[in-house]
Amino acid sequence: MTAGMLESLATIAGRDVVEHLHQLAAPLKGMRVVHVNSTRVGGGVAEILAKLVPLKRELGIDASWEVIAGEEEFYRCTKSFHNSLQGTIAPVSDRLLRVFEETGVRNAEALRPVLQDADLVFIHDPQPAPLLRHTPNRKGKWVWRCHIDVSRPYRPTWKYLRPFLAEYDASIFSLAAFSQSLPHPEYLIPPSIDPLSEKNQELPQEEIDAVRERFGIDPMRPLLVQVSRFDRFKDPIGVIRAYRLAKTFLPYLQLVLAGGGATDDPEGNAVLAEVEEASRDDPDIHVLLLPPDAHRTINALQRAADVVLQKSLREGFGLTVSEAMWKGKPVIGGDTGGIRLQVVDHHTGFLVSTPEGAALRIRYLFSDRERLQAMGRKAREFVRENFLLTRQLREYLALMVTLTRGAGDRVELD
Amino acid sequence: MGVSRLRIQPFIVRDCALSAIATGKRAQNLRELRDHLQTVDPDSIYYHFWGGLLRPSFDDPEYKNDFAAWAFHSLHDPALAERLGIIDPTDCGDLEGLRAELIDVIEERLSETELVPWAKPDRQFAFIRSQIVIFNTHRKLSHPRELTKATAAMSLGSIFFHVIDARSRTPDRVDDFRAWLGDLGPRYDDLCRDLGAVDPYLNTLANLRTDLSLIFRKHLGGGR
Repeated sequence: MTAGMLESLATIAGRDVVEHLHQLAAPLKGMRVVHVNSTRVGGGVAEILAKLVPLKRELGIDASWEVIAGEEEFYRCTKSFHNSLQGTIAPVSDRLLRVFEETGVRNAEALRPVLQDADLVFIHDPQPAPLLRHTPNRKGKWVWRCHIDVSRPYRPTWKYLRPFLAEYDASIFSLAAFSQSLPHPEYLIPPSIDPLSEKNQELPQEEIDAVRERFGIDPMRPLLVQVSRFDRFKDPIGVIRAYRLAKTFLPYLQLVLAGGGATDDPEGNAVLAEVEEASRDDPDIHVLLLPPDAHRTINALQRAADVVLQKSLREGFGLTVSEAMWKGKPVIGGDTGGIRLQVVDHHTGFLVSTPEGAALRIRYLFSDRERLQAMGRKAREFVRENFLLTRQLREYLALMVTLTRGAGDRVELD
Repeated sequence: MGVSRLRIQPFIVRDCALSAIATGKRAQNLRELRDHLQTVDPDSIYYHFWGGLLRPSFDDPEYKNDFAAWAFHSLHDPALAERLGIIDPTDCGDLEGLRAELIDVIEERLSETELVPWAKPDRQFAFIRSQIVIFNTHRKLSHPRELTKATAAMSLGSIFFHVIDARSRTPDRVDDFRAWLGDLGPRYDDLCRDLGAVDPYLNTLANLRTDLSLIFRKHLGGGR
């Protein structure tokens, strides 16, 4: 990332917010901080590290980012961990567990010079978790950062991983509901969006118009958009039902269901087929299967929307909600998980439990355009205060200060 | 004019950030909430009353503390929510007083109801505690008349530190502004009286900042 990212963020989040970061980071200047994960590109963790690490460097912290290497069997094992930590019953063979542990030993040897002397090490998700055990002469504090929903893990997987994690000095979870019993402080840091990324940056009106035209969306008629994988937990069929119920009263309504990356997921393909079947007879429903890097297209669709839906039945955090709110759209979201933290019922959108509830709120919002716009404005300000990258960075810095000072629940810096 | 620059200890503007930490304690029903309240760290009670000011929250929540919000949204007990919602932490002395008041209200409700109100599994009350990091902004005010402009430009973290946090560490349980002005003699009594009338509990930090700045402007002039 280019130097001056903080300067760019100051124009969006406010100069005082960035000044606050500088002050908080002052005692951390020169500190060696290492982040470790399992991939340099692709996925939310790599996306956030690509921003957090250069931002920390801009603040004078000697931050670096290391990536562990593994063979195909290692990634098969960690993929199973990922699924089973999120509740899927996915037993892992002893052979794969051995591969996991051997890969940990090899990576610890390769990274030892960096990890051993670091003041702070952040290990992201389970893949690199064994590194701590194999870095016996470590000097600094080690933190395990869990990015996934482990509220109801498949117990054998958690039981296997817990001893690796228990040795850390602290862990970080996105929500209190995701935290697990571990013998160290468990910090809570919700994720955030980057307002400068392709997904969220301002777009020229012509680009939004071009996306509308490309997908046959009428700019003169009201538009609902849901951006999510074709997954039953995202309830796309429920969204279509809500749209149909509302359409009785709003005959010009259009709906876009946009998602990507379902091709290697048999369940995803089945859901997509159901969605296509359910929408076949209605030319105003646009089902869009987009490539994983279609960030600008998604951005344009969210900006083209009047109202955005995220009618999930179960959700980890659901950052698409903040993405939409940042674009000034009220969000009708499922009353679950992290959506509850982002959608303030009746203020930045509505929380609903059924397609009927969603339909009622759609009708309400389109019956009062001023209210719709006022909610959208509130939604954007709410994200500005709470869900921008600057807030996440602030919480990381506060954690870094308290961990390295080790001064209890009140740390005074001068 | 009256207050000499040399005799005044400067007002040092500080800022703070809160870290939220899961305690691992969760309540599924009202009795469990009561039981955990009896043993939970006072920091956790502080967080659930005041932490909302510095974390994702909205400018006009229905309930200003997490216990009342949980009673309403998860236990579906509006009577309990109202009784918990009216508890004002500034009236309870210290956090132990606040703890006792909470337990008293909950026990009263438990004695009234035949069934213990319970929440769905994904609506448990998760007790959280906080750590606070306080840092120097390197801004000093050498005279009260600088307050008008300075408060308008303060971060929300500074407002939290000087208004909310101050009440748990100043001898008279007042904000840092009144503590400073009080040391400067009776000249600022009227100003202090107006500052004392500001309700920090039923306000957001942003509104609090505006209110303070207006009061300073009224008494001291300056500002925009």
